[in-house]
Amino acid sequence: MKRFFNRLRLMFRSTAVRLSGLYIILFALCAAFLVFYVTAMSERLLAQQTRQNLQEEINDINRAYNRGGMNLLLRMLDHRTRQPGANLYVIAGLNGEMLAGNVASVQPGVLETMGWTEMPFTYEPYSESPRPGRHMAIANVQQLDNGLRLMIGRDLGDPSRFRYIVRQALMVALTIMGVGALIIWFGIGRNALKRIDRMSAASQKIMAGDLSQRLPVGRSGDEFDRLSDSLNAMLGRIEKLNEGLRQVSDNIAHDLKTPLTRLRNKVADALGENDDTVRRNALEGIIGESDQLIRTFNALLMISRVEAGSIAAEMSPVELSAISADCAELYEPVADEAGLALTTEIEPGLTVNGNRELIGQAIFNLIDNAIKYAAEADGEPKIVVKLAKAADGLRLSVCDNGPGIPASKRDEVKKRFVRLDESRSKPGTGLGLSLVEAVMELHGGTLELSATNGDDAAVPGLTVTMVFPVVKG
Amino acid sequence: MEINRSQDVGIEKSGFTEASGEVIVPHMKILVIEDDLEAAAYMTKAFREAGIVVDHASDGDSGLFMGSENAYDVLVIDRMLPRRDGLSVISELRKRGVNTPVLILSALGQVDDRVTGLRAGGDDYLPKPYAFSELLARVEVLGRRKGTPEQDMVYRVGDLELDRLSHEVKRAGKEILLQPREFRLLEYLMKNAGQVVTRTMLLENVWDYHFDPQTNVIDVHVSRLRSKIEKDFDKPLLKTIRGAGYMIKDEA
Repeated sequence: MKRFFNRLRLMFRSTAVRLSGLYIILFALCAAFLVFYVTAMSERLLAQQTRQNLQEEINDINRAYNRGGMNLLLRMLDHRTRQPGANLYVIAGLNGEMLAGNVASVQPGVLETMGWTEMPFTYEPYSESPRPGRHMAIANVQQLDNGLRLMIGRDLGDPSRFRYIVRQALMVALTIMGVGALIIWFGIGRNALKRIDRMSAASQKIMAGDLSQRLPVGRSGDEFDRLSDSLNAMLGRIEKLNEGLRQVSDNIAHDLKTPLTRLRNKVADALGENDDTVRRNALEGIIGESDQLIRTFNALLMISRVEAGSIAAEMSPVELSAISADCAELYEPVADEAGLALTTEIEPGLTVNGNRELIGQAIFNLIDNAIKYAAEADGEPKIVVKLAKAADGLRLSVCDNGPGIPASKRDEVKKRFVRLDESRSKPGTGLGLSLVEAVMELHGGTLELSATNGDDAAVPGLTVTMVFPVVKG
Repeated sequence: MEINRSQDVGIEKSGFTEASGEVIVPHMKILVIEDDLEAAAYMTKAFREAGIVVDHASDGDSGLFMGSENAYDVLVIDRMLPRRDGLSVISELRKRGVNTPVLILSALGQVDDRVTGLRAGGDDYLPKPYAFSELLARVEVLGRRKGTPEQDMVYRVGDLELDRLSHEVKRAGKEILLQPREFRLLEYLMKNAGQVVTRTMLLENVWDYHFDPQTNVIDVHVSRLRSKIEKDFDKPLLKTIRGAGYMIKDEA
């Protein structure tokens, strides 16, 4: 029993139950109003009709009185009072004392006022059988030209019974409805409560760290299911992000441990060194090593900043043609020194909505990579920076004729810290392409990797293409 | 409010040591507004060793007070400060008519942060973490800027001449042909003659990109320029400063 009450208390705390309770109360109020309104209206209608009927009768009687005087009037009333369900007829004296009619007594004062009675009044019908009781009636009182008063009225027994029946019926209907609503309400509340219980149980597990948990989804597709669906989608995204984060921190731990260990060893060596020049050189090496670490951190920070989209505010129309030309120009001597030919095929005057610095850095990264890897090419290594307008947007490519990346590994290398075994010996952070990809994502574009000379070529080469969406207008 | 007032350490200590071992003596007075006391202590010590007089304020309000009361050559202001943030210190100083060059230090270090920093009235911007040599080079360039008349049409270093109007470069009267970018590179180096300029500063001022050039791109450009201006001449002018950058200077 106590559990039941506990449950009931919980139920009353649930929004669904509260809302439906509120609706039931509102509904009951409306229904009650309706009952009274309907009955009052029908009563008024009936009273109006009664008055109309009475008025016709009054007209009849007045005509008879005008034609045949008091005699005809009395005869007519006498005749009418004998009919079943007769109206009320009273002839009263100058002071309101009853002289004739089928009424035993009326509420005092009724006979003193002329015209229609404002309110229904009580009267006692005249009858031989001892059928007691006071009845309600409305009536019209008029003064005849001989000074007598004539009251013609109608018993309201019927209308009030009618009202009683209507009210009764409505009450019964309302009661049935109310009980039904209560039962359904209880059912809904319990159902909602159960589902919410299940949902909070699942969320508790999620909060405890089990991100693979999902909220239960029913088959009905109602709002609970839709809510669960979107929460589940959100959980999926969180899980993916979390997974990414964990992977990155694993990577960081792994990829930063190596240089840190190296750094530490160098410091230890430097400490053990007595010769000043050697020690100085060792310290310079240490500075170089820490600079590299700082670069790695900066690159990581930059990538996460770009990915978080916090730079998006500083987007403006920039001339992609000019940026690519700048980058090529900046790297041309470097390529030259490395024995590479760096050429450009840049369509002039192409603009995108973007961030010049980020695009510049992305192109730098690509050219830098190309120079690193194309140098291994057989024959004459070369790099081409291309920019052209295509159907899907502006395509900016950096092509080399180096060893390339096998098609199966092209997605892999975009990830952070991923460096293919072949490139481990080269300097670099393994973050270059990740940054380019993040920059492209920020610009609503894509990053495509392909083979410059086709996948089947002996020296496939690598073409990295940044596809920028075209600026409208 | 914590203020470290330094003695003028004079000339026996130096910031940059060239390959030749010669000592460069900048002489200026700067204010560092930085709430990280450890970083501030390191900075103050290093600046003093470089022969720069340093005052230190550890929050925005005292920094603003000191910056507007005293004459400094350069203000180094951290962006995130207690009581009044760095950008507001700068704009308030500018409002009060203090036009001392300002270098903003920021842990935020992103492109848009730099833009907001410079818009607020900063003159240069350095994201953390930075190498002290980078900070020192920038402070020295900023401090010297006051005295360098921008309207100088011809820069001279030794027998090297650069005409900014006609874009002519001559050494010992002999014309040297430079690419447009090489010209701008030399122009920037000569404008800051006798000062160390870092690779980042070159990338910023010659190419207008603001990030750390991770590879040797700048070095290659500089060495090309060097070969053009030094190849047929005895005296080297363009020096590499280890661990910092480059400097153009007449040895005489």
